[in-house]
Amino acid sequence: MTEKPMLYALSTCIWCKKMKTLLDAMDVDYEHKYVDLLEGAERDAAVAEIKKHNPSCSYPTLIFNSQCVVGYDEEAVKKLLGK
Amino acid sequence: MSEMPEVSQNEVDKLFARLDAEARAGGYLLNPDTEFTKDLVRGLLINEKRYGYWACPCRLADGVKEKDLDMICPCDYRDPDLSDFGTCYCALYVSPDVAAGKRKLTTIPERRPAPDKRAQKPAQQGWTLPAKLPYPVWRCKVCGYLAARENPPEICPVCKVKKDRFERFL
Repeated sequence: MTEKPMLYALSTCIWCKKMKTLLDAMDVDYEHKYVDLLEGAERDAAVAEIKKHNPSCSYPTLIFNSQCVVGYDEEAVKKLLGK
Repeated sequence: MSEMPEVSQNEVDKLFARLDAEARAGGYLLNPDTEFTKDLVRGLLINEKRYGYWACPCRLADGVKEKDLDMICPCDYRDPDLSDFGTCYCALYVSPDVAAGKRKLTTIPERRPAPDKRAQKPAQQGWTLPAKLPYPVWRCKVCGYLAARENPPEICPVCKVKKDRFERFL
């Protein structure tokens, strides 16, 4: 079973919002986490996971198959997801 | 999960109008995409209610003001990002060419140092003062405004950030 793409986002970030809109429009089955709404260990775990792929820990970060797209980059998202 | 504070449309419209007027007065421009910009303003108001200050809506706030100081809007990175990319990181502020539609607005790389490289750099290093100065010189870390006086101003007269965004320059 392949894992679903995971979007790490912030609830107040408009580029993250655009990223969600793009993924929805592409009909992608993905999971997402609003890191600013997480607390304690859950938040630390999310930040640690993002850091592995994106050392600057910026948002949105989309992770799929151990690769990632940082920021709202439509072309890179399509490439990552093979669409 | 933490609760999301409520922000009314009226609060958003009021702050939007204020920021728009202040930006123009200081020679800056808000993103002309009003819907986009008002969403960001809503983010600022949510962060004001959550943290007590305008943490950048597009960056993860720590919640401890000292650690977030560099990314309180307008952030320390706004002006260099406007120069290099025509927009600040979250795209609340844009350059005249982006505002006029002559340059495309895109998402830009994060200039803020990564969390583990964010340690306070020593503010005063390697300077040689020419002579004794009658006053210290304070520098606004957001817009570069310099003020030679005993203490920094309460509010930067150019970009309107508070006193705590000033550093001793000379």
